[in-house]
Amino acid sequence: MAPVAPRSGDAIFANMERVNAELFTLTYGATVRQLLTDLEEVEEVNKQLDQMGYNIGIRLIDEFLAKSNVSRCVDFRETAEVIAKVGFKMFLGVTASVSNWDADGTCCSIILEDNPLVDFVELPDTCQGLYYCNILSGVIRGALEMVSMKTEVTWIRDMLRGDDAYELQVKLLKQVPEEYPYKDDE
Amino acid sequence: MGREVSESCVDSLLTEMVSTYCNRFYANKPELAARRIEAIGYQVGHQLSERYTMERPRFSDHLEAIKFICKDFWSEVFKKQIDNLKTNHRGTFVLQDNRFRWLSRISIDPSLESAESQDSSTPAESKAAQASSMHLYFPCGIIRGALSNLGIPCAVSADISNLPACSFVVRIKA
Repeated sequence: MAPVAPRSGDAIFANMERVNAELFTLTYGATVRQLLTDLEEVEEVNKQLDQMGYNIGIRLIDEFLAKSNVSRCVDFRETAEVIAKVGFKMFLGVTASVSNWDADGTCCSIILEDNPLVDFVELPDTCQGLYYCNILSGVIRGALEMVSMKTEVTWIRDMLRGDDAYELQVKLLKQVPEEYPYKDDE
Repeated sequence: MGREVSESCVDSLLTEMVSTYCNRFYANKPELAARRIEAIGYQVGHQLSERYTMERPRFSDHLEAIKFICKDFWSEVFKKQIDNLKTNHRGTFVLQDNRFRWLSRISIDPSLESAESQDSSTPAESKAAQASSMHLYFPCGIIRGALSNLGIPCAVSADISNLPACSFVVRIKA
């Protein structure tokens, strides 16, 4: 079978089933709000949002691979570009950019200028320690773990905290070698 | 048309939100999990109906408001209208969606259906029913929130005995 060419983020997004973003944005907002009420500690909310994102990421990667035709990335640089240009576009409808690479190509920043999660959002003074979009970092970490990359994803800039963009630092901790189910043949 | 996101964003978020409350926070207290999930829906419905009615005149009666939920509101959220509306003319309305989107891709965990139940007081079958009913508190909350924002306090429950159809029963408080 001839290899199928990878598709652009725009093309995939155009073919996805889409819904109005308000529903998504408000549902996320209401969830964060309920978590703040139930858990009280902002730190704990950050942790739970990250965990929710992780659980979503480990499943979302399947849909990503199935719909994007993206084949194996040659290196982490390509991986980061694919997340920014294809991943963000096909699910959230926005494009991110990649910059701030370190010398050995294992750590970079994904920068979002437009972020549907935060439409209508303003953080009150009591929530200053909250990483409102922490679900996103969890999604990236979970998705990459399913394709054998252990990463650490942290927020560097956050517009809700007064910065000029959303910046996520993605650091490759290690590549987990793939284990094939050889046992069947033994 | 305003901004859009992929439907899988909403689906994933809802699945994970329900699972967080049912399986992680309140694993042994389904009634507490249900209340929290309903509250999240209420908040969303309240805000959405505020936005969708910004440029409309006030509804003249309950039926007008319910019709708005069936047509405009449902179309915005689910891209289709409610298929059937019934009322007893005494404050109870039944809104039926013949193919309710948020249940159309849910499968019941087979381990819940077939496994011997740990707790003899909850048979496996009712556990399975409970798992899918947890996904209904959110849309019930949305409807209650939307109507309450229109000045109509009510109670909302759901009936899924005819899947994939789903009926929402709205009882307006006198």
